[in-house]
Amino acid sequence: MFDGIGRRVVSMWFPRLASDRVLRAHPVAGPFALVLRQGNADRLHCLNPAAERQGLARGMPLSDARAFCPDLLSRPADPARDAQFLHVLRRWATRYCPWVGLDGDAGLVLDITGAAHLFGGEGAMLADMRQNLARAGLSVRLGLGDTRGAAWALARYGEGPAAPGAGLAALGDLPIAALRLEPEVTVALQRLGLRTINALAATARAPIARRFGPDVLHRLDQALGAVPEAITPGAEPPHYGVRLTLPDPIGLQGDVMAGLARLLETLCAKLKAQEAGARALTLTLRRVDQGAQDVEVRLARPARDPARILPLFERGVAGIDAGFGIDRLRLEATQVEPLPVEQVSHVASDRGDRLDDLISRLGTRIGLENIQRFLPADSHIPERGFLIAPAAFSTPEGAWVSLRPRPLRLFPPEPIAGQGARPPHHFRWRRMALSVARGTGPERIAPEWWLEDDAWRSGLRDYWQVETTGGRRLWLFHTPQNPGWFVQGEFA
Amino acid sequence: MKPDVPSCYPLRKARVHEACGAGATGFAAIMAAHLSGPVLWLREGWRAETLNPVGLAAFLDPARVLVAQVRDQTEGLAVMEEALRDGAVPLVVIELGQPLDLTPGRRLQLAAKAGNSTGLCLIPEGMGSNAAETRWRCAPVFDADPGPGDSTLQSWEIIKNKSGTLGAWHVRWDWAARRLDVVPPAGE
Repeated sequence: MFDGIGRRVVSMWFPRLASDRVLRAHPVAGPFALVLRQGNADRLHCLNPAAERQGLARGMPLSDARAFCPDLLSRPADPARDAQFLHVLRRWATRYCPWVGLDGDAGLVLDITGAAHLFGGEGAMLADMRQNLARAGLSVRLGLGDTRGAAWALARYGEGPAAPGAGLAALGDLPIAALRLEPEVTVALQRLGLRTINALAATARAPIARRFGPDVLHRLDQALGAVPEAITPGAEPPHYGVRLTLPDPIGLQGDVMAGLARLLETLCAKLKAQEAGARALTLTLRRVDQGAQDVEVRLARPARDPARILPLFERGVAGIDAGFGIDRLRLEATQVEPLPVEQVSHVASDRGDRLDDLISRLGTRIGLENIQRFLPADSHIPERGFLIAPAAFSTPEGAWVSLRPRPLRLFPPEPIAGQGARPPHHFRWRRMALSVARGTGPERIAPEWWLEDDAWRSGLRDYWQVETTGGRRLWLFHTPQNPGWFVQGEFA
Repeated sequence: MKPDVPSCYPLRKARVHEACGAGATGFAAIMAAHLSGPVLWLREGWRAETLNPVGLAAFLDPARVLVAQVRDQTEGLAVMEEALRDGAVPLVVIELGQPLDLTPGRRLQLAAKAGNSTGLCLIPEGMGSNAAETRWRCAPVFDADPGPGDSTLQSWEIIKNKSGTLGAWHVRWDWAARRLDVVPPAGE
């Protein structure tokens, strides 16, 4: 009776992933190590073979390592980049089979069941993997077995493939540590004299389970295939790009917009399936003569409604030089934000939507950052009493508090002639002769010493609200530490 | 005679108006305070003079104000036309530095009519456009005897009106009630 193909799993282990990644970019001839700060000591995190030959080891303090090997080159480790690199490798490994998962922080696990023959058999596939990774400058150890546990053990402790159905015969001579056990459990088992997997498999199960818990036997069963173990393939991040290739080149604006409408429909359906909304979109128009032009659109808030996004492109598409014609359109959502599905209600007003649409449309003309709103800031300094933030990337918040009247317009301080601590009776400002009818003040504002601000170098300011006989109400200040009078604002 | 609120106040909707003089910014702030909804304020980005939201808070909630920094006046007018035609903001204010031709002025009027929103141009004195619906000269007036609170006395003079008469009033903004009071000119 035929019972299908036996499962075959490859485990890839990159023993020097971190240092290989760095050395790929900057090759070093001699001993090299990456250093990670653990606690308050710098310890070796990953070494190249030359450094290992010098007797250095992982986890060794950097100062010791330098004493052993004075010509050691070291660089700080970057675990985040290493993890990113492993994800890149995972994506690359899908060339062998679709079912690739991460295994620890330096390994991959591939379920190659039914895929090996595409590469000419298992041996040829492993050789191909080795060759490609060696060319990429990565040292790798491969294990091939019937189960994930067996492949893991073979990759780390006994390099090489196990024949289908080999089971204990392939793993038996490997040490206990090959079973993915906790280090202390491994040590305890070794103290009992159980040094190999064979020895463990031959022991009575009940006392082992009683002493070490079910984990040890579970791992053993997983390695031998008695208990199934799943491989979780890493999820592909959704790709928000669509394209349209045309048999004949087009050039009219209406045609491009019609093509774009089709692309938008597909893209928005994709966005909706992921409950996401586009924040920035790029339309690339490829011309017949291989030239390409981009139209970029940024939105005031995430959207996935084709009818709202399409008009935003009109201005950009109108400015495109079609040349001899456009034969390929590509639309990509370059910036995507989550946008959950919402209940449509008759109560909600559409004013916010309309305003955001208007901001998006004006943003295509003058730039989305140039449409701003004011946010309150906690400072007595008049220029810092508010923040200016792009309206598309901020929400109105906070309360506006002013204990004293503040001018409606502010400008950089403009010096006027004046002496003494009280406002001058007559002064000239912006070529106007003004005479003071009433001055209210002073209101002393001290500079914020914790912030460096050139405008406040002159020290304290005594602010006066001055009403001129002509009617204009100005905001003057006097700097007592550095005598001088300035106009900084005008009241309504 | 008890002075009454100007008949052409608040500004007629779906039209573009002009204001000049030293009190024009205050005039725009008071107009914005009378409307609900967002206000779009267009200014040229290179100008150092800015609107102070802390001072604006005496008139309206600064969260309602959106400021668009434009490169030059042409771009500002284009943005204003688009915003007026859209109608999502009930008031669009622009600060102009150069006189407005009849064509752009008329275009703004048509856009305001299409979007049913009001436009207000803050212009330098004497640079009015023929297309404007009304033109106001606003100047702060020295108040020899200010009442309690920090009220501001202004003189509003309407110097052009396409559909009404001219006139002049003295007004005062009531900070606490956020209301405009018309006061008889001093000396009458």
